[in-house]
Amino acid sequence: MAINLLHDKGTPLHRQDFTWRDLVQKPISKLNVDAFTRVRIILMNGIESESLRFSHACARMNKELQGYLARVRRKEQHQQTLVNWLLPADQSPLETTIGYEQVAIEVTAALAQAEPDPYIAQVLRYGLLEDFDHLYRYAALLDRLQGIDANTITQGYTDIVPGRPTLDEHRDPLDDLREPYDKRKAAPLTKLHAYTILSGEHQTHDYYMHYGPWFADPAARQLYAEIASIEEQHVTQYESIIDPTESWMEKWLLHEANEVYNYYSCLEQEDHPHVKAIWERFLDYELGHLQFAIDVCQQVERRDPAEFLPETLPAPIAYKSHREYVRQVLRDEVDLRADGTRFVNKQQEPERSRKYRRQMNADGSPSEAVAAGWRWSPGGELVADRGLKQAA
Amino acid sequence: MKSPQSMGMNRSGIDLSTQGAEEMMKAVDEFPPASGGNAMTLSQLRAPYLAEADPVGSIPLPGTLKGVAKSGMQKLMGHHAEVLIDQLAGRLAFERTGTRLYDALIGKFMTRKDEATMLSVDQLQQIRAEEAAHLGLCWDALRQLGADPTAVTPLADTNAVASIGLMQVIADPRMTIAQSLHAIHVAELTDNDGWRLLIKLAREMGQDEMAGRLQTALEEEERHLASLRTWMEQISLNEAGAQ
Repeated sequence: MAINLLHDKGTPLHRQDFTWRDLVQKPISKLNVDAFTRVRIILMNGIESESLRFSHACARMNKELQGYLARVRRKEQHQQTLVNWLLPADQSPLETTIGYEQVAIEVTAALAQAEPDPYIAQVLRYGLLEDFDHLYRYAALLDRLQGIDANTITQGYTDIVPGRPTLDEHRDPLDDLREPYDKRKAAPLTKLHAYTILSGEHQTHDYYMHYGPWFADPAARQLYAEIASIEEQHVTQYESIIDPTESWMEKWLLHEANEVYNYYSCLEQEDHPHVKAIWERFLDYELGHLQFAIDVCQQVERRDPAEFLPETLPAPIAYKSHREYVRQVLRDEVDLRADGTRFVNKQQEPERSRKYRRQMNADGSPSEAVAAGWRWSPGGELVADRGLKQAA
Repeated sequence: MKSPQSMGMNRSGIDLSTQGAEEMMKAVDEFPPASGGNAMTLSQLRAPYLAEADPVGSIPLPGTLKGVAKSGMQKLMGHHAEVLIDQLAGRLAFERTGTRLYDALIGKFMTRKDEATMLSVDQLQQIRAEEAAHLGLCWDALRQLGADPTAVTPLADTNAVASIGLMQVIADPRMTIAQSLHAIHVAELTDNDGWRLLIKLAREMGQDEMAGRLQTALEEEERHLASLRTWMEQISLNEAGAQ
């Protein structure tokens, strides 16, 4: 399926209609659905969430765009609702958290491998190892708090082992900043990757901030507080790789193009018939939004959108297990640390980050406590203990 | 009766991904836990919170001096009246939620009667009406003691928190009538013992007349539980093709 970003009309804005019944469709089955369908739903919620976030920021700074943005934003908000409401009520916030971390691992690994800019690929791998550790910590919490095996959510696609230890991820804010791509030289794929990963990480931060207080257990509350703080660092990292000299209009076009790219990636790989139909419908909606933004760009800014957008889309995001790649990154790069925008060995890490980390961990580390001695085993720790007793 | 549950592609177990599970075990061997300890390490994190925790709330004092002067309250002199108030308010909250649980179950049953042909809407409406009447009993008893029946006491709050999952089951359109009855069963078991405890407490605290009124509620709750047990058994045996 070939898409032309500059010319495909998609569904025009005035024909993108919803009803409340339409927004609230049948949810997926937590038990039966393939893990990557859940991964796509979670990521697309993040993509739509970012479209709203950007649109509001843009509207606050651009009076002449407010009406145009508001019209598209209403559609995006309803799209986000429809997508996010596909998650079922029997999937607890902690189980959904496991899904969020699987997104962070498998999608980041896919982007890092496809990324043409070596520095941006390094940035992605750096974040990957941290989210990889988060999955391990939350899996330990799910097992030790509720007796549930996180692999019931991740379904064997993703290893559940320590990555860069979360307690080592706390850095001085200046060591979270990265160098931006150059908007004139960067490949379109680099820009799409940057907007995609930023969207995913931002919604993850917001999700943990929302659900942290939902937990009664102090250990869970601490772990969500700790990992939400890292997700905030990740948002800082990933927003800094985007060229800040892109104009508001250019950023709007890139957001819309990225939504097209993401729905296209979902559609190409979805097996779930009901969810696939939604990806197809919303791909057409996003093409409509992009055309609308292209018209605005031409009429209001008198700019040629081809200055900012490629005509065709790159290969879709690879929704599959990246186990071997992640393991190799883990072997090679677990001891990397950041010194400003550069990556260095942990011995060269700046004192400012060490000092900050000592302060934050001074009363103990929730991520260490929750996973103390914990290793993943089928069915969870209690089943593994039973095996040990039988062997004895 | 055909079971609404069927065999299918449930992907939550490792047998659907044996190779994935084997790979995961290899990863566990290569990348072992970073820190020592065990599940007890978490207890150390929780201990100071447990030691320093504030209560979820308190039992409200009677709003007026008139409340204290009520005859019921006077009989409680020398006892901890707040314990009885909390128990009554806890039952009141539970009966209110319980009535809503039956409302949700009846709504589901009306469109999915074929899942439980031994059930009738009249039976469910009867139980629902009795649950609603029980909350009135608790309300009146609290008023008699001069307590405020609209206040959320700690036990009322505990019951509300504990009931969240029950409503999640019954309100979910995907959950069958049998699964919904399971949630109601959890509620009714708790309710039975809750009424027993409340009646004993009322008697011990000199509230014999109140205890007598509450006794009728317990008898009805016992009938609810007996009916539920029968229905659940029939549905399970029918679905299994054993009846």
